[in-house]
Amino acid sequence: MPVIAFSEEQSMLLDTAMDFCAKEAPVAGLRASIQDGLEFNGARWQAMTDLGWLGIGIPEQYGGLGMTLADAVPVAEALGRYLVPSPFVATTIAAQALMACGSPEQQSQWLPRVASGSIASLALWEPSGSWSLADTEAALTKTGDQLTLSGQKVFVEAAEEATLLMVAARFEGNVRLCLVERAQIAESAIQRESVIDETRRSFSVTFDHLVLDQAALCPGLAFDVIENASLLLSSAESSGGIAGVLGVVVDYLKTRKQFDRYIGAYQALKHPTVDILMGSEMARAYVYHAATEWAAGAELETIENAVRMAKACATEQFAEAGDRAVQFHGGFGFTYDCDAQLYLRRALWNQYQFGDERYQRSRLADVMLAAS
Amino acid sequence: MTSQKILDEFRTEVRAWLADNTPPDPGFLLPETFMEVGTDQQFEFLRNWQRTVYEAGYLGMAWPSEYGGGGQPQAFQDIVNHEMAAARVPFVPNTIGLNWAGPLILDMGTEEDKQRYIKNILSAEDIWCQGFSEPDNGSDLGNAQVRAVRDGDEYVVNGSKIWTSLGAYAKYMILLARTSSDGPNKYAGLTFFLAPMQVAGVDPVPIKKLTGEYGFCQTYFSDARIPASCRLGAEGEGWSVAMKTLMFERGAIGGQAGGLSAMDLNINDIIELARRSRRNGRPALEDPLTRDELMKLILEAKGNQLMGAKSRIPALCQDWPTAVPMSGKLRGSELKRKMTRFALSLQGANGARYISDDAIDGGKWQRSYLNAFSGTIGGGTTQIQKNILGERVLGLPKS
Ligand SMILES: Cc1cc2nc3c(=O)[nH]c(=O)nc-3n(C[C@H](O)[C@H](O)[C@H](O)COP(=O)(O)OP(=O)(O)OC[C@H]3O[C@@H](n4cnc5c(N)ncnc54)[C@H](O)[C@@H]3O)c2cc1C
Repeated sequence: MPVIAFSEEQSMLLDTAMDFCAKEAPVAGLRASIQDGLEFNGARWQAMTDLGWLGIGIPEQYGGLGMTLADAVPVAEALGRYLVPSPFVATTIAAQALMACGSPEQQSQWLPRVASGSIASLALWEPSGSWSLADTEAALTKTGDQLTLSGQKVFVEAAEEATLLMVAARFEGNVRLCLVERAQIAESAIQRESVIDETRRSFSVTFDHLVLDQAALCPGLAFDVIENASLLLSSAESSGGIAGVLGVVVDYLKTRKQFDRYIGAYQALKHPTVDILMGSEMARAYVYHAATEWAAGAELETIENAVRMAKACATEQFAEAGDRAVQFHGGFGFTYDCDAQLYLRRALWNQYQFGDERYQRSRLADVMLAAS
Repeated sequence: MTSQKILDEFRTEVRAWLADNTPPDPGFLLPETFMEVGTDQQFEFLRNWQRTVYEAGYLGMAWPSEYGGGGQPQAFQDIVNHEMAAARVPFVPNTIGLNWAGPLILDMGTEEDKQRYIKNILSAEDIWCQGFSEPDNGSDLGNAQVRAVRDGDEYVVNGSKIWTSLGAYAKYMILLARTSSDGPNKYAGLTFFLAPMQVAGVDPVPIKKLTGEYGFCQTYFSDARIPASCRLGAEGEGWSVAMKTLMFERGAIGGQAGGLSAMDLNINDIIELARRSRRNGRPALEDPLTRDELMKLILEAKGNQLMGAKSRIPALCQDWPTAVPMSGKLRGSELKRKMTRFALSLQGANGARYISDDAIDGGKWQRSYLNAFSGTIGGGTTQIQKNILGERVLGLPKS
């Protein structure tokens, strides 16, 4: 098996997604939509659904395209490159969670809806900010043949426009997922969060003794699959983001003049820009390596290592690239109008979701640096 | 395409051959790269090893058979290179011939050049060196000033080249010299030669390097006469030939004969060292800071390999197609410097020892770290590589 494989399908998806984003969601339009409160863009979502993207990782029997998550990687990369606000990644990961943890009934009820454009999102994290699900405090309790859900979830993407939330909560000693329909949640329980990446619609969702049917409980405990899927797509987004911000930096270095020279002639800028290029190439290599392992159905531990490495590399490099991009634009870089901030703020979100590079390295060290 | 089965069989054959034929530890310190061959003893040992490898058919496998090569697909040589590194065998010393001058001669030499030079490069009969850098002109190679003046069927050469690796053992030098100073720019007056070293007026004088050992020379030319037929390319076209040489040298284009040109150092060696080291009364491998640093190096090493794999998939290289092939030397040499430097930090106070029985692993890490600069300086410094990548890959203005 090659360490990196890239299929015709992936290649076509990459081309289509890049074209789509450049035309339908150019970075130039982003600031205006942020100013307008970054409303959910239903028309764009419909177009993405029509392209079949929401069904990429979903089996054909449930109305999907029957490909693997590796085929969603090029799409996530393109969305990352153009900083497109979209619940694509959230929904795609939620579908993976359904496939990994849902009962057959839950899957046949929800996967076809997701494939045809119903937004789904995971509600995993809590105000403590811990990256470990072991720290989950939200709780499900059983009363008769019903369940009661209490607790607060944060960083829930697209909660308002979602049809389905998959909520992690403690149940009889384990952390489990349960399915909550958006319609079951009161408007007031959903609050938009102020987050560093203004291209994200992130919400806090509070559950106060919400009563659920027993059938809402997911039987599976495969949170490792969910984490792997999240790390893979987050890394893909970051890989796209680095390529995007590198383009912004290179353009500025070739057009801005000081002391009668283009600033790109100064090595203090040129050399770190080459470092960004190297980081970009490496992140992308890691991302497609992890995608290759996923598509080949490698052992879970192999996939976990590959996605953690991808995440460690991609978000560290993206954050550094964003940081340098601001600096290299001088006073303009300090402004809201400069695109550099958009990338830096996106990079910081990606860095601090699902574990930053140091966290990934420490998890990798546990596997790769056994004491004896 | 050669079938996978044939390649797999070949791999097995190579492994077995290496297991049976790798020479035992000679009992003296071997150099780490071809740039550090400092004693006759080291040189003879490595030259014999190259001859053995060539005679077994494992060098120049993809070079044309009429000149002494194997006439086979490159895939076979790639397997040999990989297996040699994996088996930690000594390197083959004639790197400049095998991987820079050889491909250049095959690419643009005359039929006579090919007949004359190629086989002896492979067998290590003729060692080659490179005369590019000068005392006053290193990174600014285009400003080279060693003079070559045409006189009948000969050129008369004067001046000096420096940092000539293998200069003391070489029979030929790829030489960049100035045949004119009147051109429109400094590059126009340069001419490229396949120059004999063992003629009157050529004097390579060994220079002691930072490790205290020898490895390169200053090569003095005083009225040295070389035949005009040694010229490669036309008079005044030396710069473009030199640039092509550097492409071979930095691995940016293929066509090399192959073989290892340096002792392999890989991250597992550092992990193993960390396993033996102690920090705060515990194995260093349990120290969180050490673990994090190690993981960074592991990730960089693995990332470099994966970049190579990615570069073979054009659809994933559309933005900057040459970024990976053009940065191989930069990434590899900088990683090696970081790894060896980190290795010292694992040794506590013993980090301060040097080659001796008291030092950890005989002081090989200290020596390796000092030698690692050969990669970050030789062949165009890291800073120059970054200029090249910034300008040729990213299209940034010249510095
Ligand atoms: C072990 C070893 C083996 C070698 N073997 C050979 C050989 O066989 N044949 C041969 O011809 N040469 C050889 N070299 C020489 C090598 O190619 C040169 O040392 C190298 O190109 C740098 O030139 P220099 O030494 O003159 O340094 P300089 O060019 O003087 O550089 C000094 C410092 O300035 C920096 N610098 C210079 N110009 C720039 C710039 N434009 N932008 C930014 N920074 C800059 C450099 O990076 C360096 O840090 C060898 C060198 C070493 C270390």
